[in-house]
Amino acid sequence: MSVRRPERPARPQAEEAAGPRAKAGVAAWAIPLGVIALTLAAGFGLELWQGGWWALLAIVFVCVVLLAQELEPRLPLRYRGAYQRVLALGFPLALLLVWEWLAGSGVLNARWFPPPSQIAVALWELTVSYDRFNRSSLLGRPWLLPSMFAESGWAGVQALVRESHVWATLSRVLGGFVIGAVPGVLVGMVMGLNRTVRMMLDTTMSAIYVLPKIAIFPILMLVFPNPFGEGPKIAVVAISAFFLVAISTMAGVQGIDKVYLEAGRNFGANRAQMFRHVILPGALPIVFSGLRLALGTALIVIVAVEFVRADRGVGFMIFYYWQVLVTPRMYAALAVVMALGVALTALLQYVERRAMPWRRGSDGHG
Amino acid sequence: MSAKIVARAAEKRFQTRQGWMTALHDFDLEVAEGEFLCLVGPSGCGKSTFLRILAGLDHATGGEVRITPGPDPKQPLANVVFQEYAVFPWKTVLANVAFGLEMRGLSRAAREATARRWVDKVALTRFVDYYPAQLSGGMKQRVSIARALANDPQVLLMDEPLGALDAQTRAVLQEELLQLWEESRKTVLYVTHSIDEAVFLGDRVVVMTAHPGTLKTVIEVDLPRPRDLGVMATPAFAALTGAVWEALRDEVRRAMAEQA
Ligand SMILES: Nc1ncnc2c1ncn2[C@@H]1O[C@H](COP(=O)(O)OP(=O)(O)OP(=O)(O)O)[C@@H](O)[C@H]1O
Ligand SMILES: [Mg+2]
Repeated sequence: MSVRRPERPARPQAEEAAGPRAKAGVAAWAIPLGVIALTLAAGFGLELWQGGWWALLAIVFVCVVLLAQELEPRLPLRYRGAYQRVLALGFPLALLLVWEWLAGSGVLNARWFPPPSQIAVALWELTVSYDRFNRSSLLGRPWLLPSMFAESGWAGVQALVRESHVWATLSRVLGGFVIGAVPGVLVGMVMGLNRTVRMMLDTTMSAIYVLPKIAIFPILMLVFPNPFGEGPKIAVVAISAFFLVAISTMAGVQGIDKVYLEAGRNFGANRAQMFRHVILPGALPIVFSGLRLALGTALIVIVAVEFVRADRGVGFMIFYYWQVLVTPRMYAALAVVMALGVALTALLQYVERRAMPWRRGSDGHG
Repeated sequence: MSAKIVARAAEKRFQTRQGWMTALHDFDLEVAEGEFLCLVGPSGCGKSTFLRILAGLDHATGGEVRITPGPDPKQPLANVVFQEYAVFPWKTVLANVAFGLEMRGLSRAAREATARRWVDKVALTRFVDYYPAQLSGGMKQRVSIARALANDPQVLLMDEPLGALDAQTRAVLQEELLQLWEESRKTVLYVTHSIDEAVFLGDRVVVMTAHPGTLKTVIEVDLPRPRDLGVMATPAFAALTGAVWEALRDEVRRAMAEQA
């Protein structure tokens, strides 16, 4: 969620700016530009990159910030949106370019920090190839779907789905998330509404809440008949999501302003109507922030679990390619985890906007 | 004429950590059918407490507080015009105004037709599908007024409904409120801190004593109706506000001394 910074005060009139301020304006441009030139000259000329590349980059970064701040108020309003996008996307792009160059020129050890171009190539290879040793592929080779279906029907399709790392992780995260979040919302609602239940459960829930859920994974492996199957993996995600969602739902219900409850009562709402028209919508913003947290946690937990005990999944990929020292592929798997996180968050945000149309356009507080 | 609202020796005590606290003590009041009654008193004297008891949000601990039910058992007894922040942020203007009718189980078509009429009356036609976050404070207060009026209660209860608004918006809404009231002549109990507002709106102004609250004086407001803001410039108006302030002054002093 973006935080809107207060607008800078409007520039003084042109007449006023003609005197000493104009000089200050030129200096504001010239000094950062000069410093950047000096830094680059020092870096290349005196071969300072090797030891102090991070310090030189920091100086350049600060100067670019100063220049951008000088530039922004001068831009016509209709370019501001484009300008913000350039900053938001330009920075990571510049980061990748610098990384590429540092790795290529040997300043960074390319074995541990392979240049982004290599990672992209690795990502492409992972996508199109089939790993015979692990009998797996990144996406499950969807282009084979028609021929596999023609050959062996649904069993063929299932075989393809089963070989996919992304599908393995996605199904564990989504399955666990839903299995945990739905009862989490229900229990949280009951805890928020009923004082007795809340007093009985609150301490216990808070105690379990702080426990890193990955720590109970061994127990779950004992509980399930197949310790290496999907059961314990989905369960650990579900449990992580459950406590987070239950506790924030409870907070959401309790945080509803009393005045809404009284308005509901005064207009004759019965219990069911009160829930449907006041409590549910009133708690929804906090419920959703709990769901967002739970989704992030679910991803963390599943990657950790896949490090330990899995033969599919993006966590497994990261760990496997680290073990066999194919670092570009390891980074490619990291990129896939990031993409999964971004996609899942976007999906949740979409649901959130649909569920709370009244918050669209407003600043997202309250 | 029969009394619509009756309070006899009403008492309200709250249990606090320091023991029992009397908010309302031996409070007597009668409000006639169709009367616009304004209640003023120093802060903490129990005005809101009394209004909440009438609204069914709290109970008297002694004496009697009741609203005489009208002939139609389906007409709600009393609805509150809450302050503007009490409109539901998650409902559109229309859904807010239709809220009471929806709770009473009216069909969608019926409640929306009524709600639309009230949205028109409070001059929010253009904003009927807006959410409260997109409205100004004065507009939200109009929604709150329409929400109570659309439910057509026998008694309208208002606790400083315009207290949070700026002076100009407040003046405009006072006049609008009077116009709406002239059409229906409902029984109204109106709590306010503004003496001008009490005299401008009310048929009578009831002054309460400082905590614990009892009835101090009743001032009859014999200004002709319908009234507009021009009446505030008349000598009669000044005399009335003077009389209210006279009754109130010592109580406010006492309340402040007590709180200090
Ligand atoms: N729920 C409660 N528990 C304990 N004491 C309460 C409670 N509600 C109100 N009181 C006390 O009762 C007294 C009367 O409160 P009330 O809100 O009715 O005053 P008021 O006349 O509306 O004041 P104001 O003009 O400031 O709104 C106050 O002293 C208050 O502290
Ligand atoms: Mg009050």
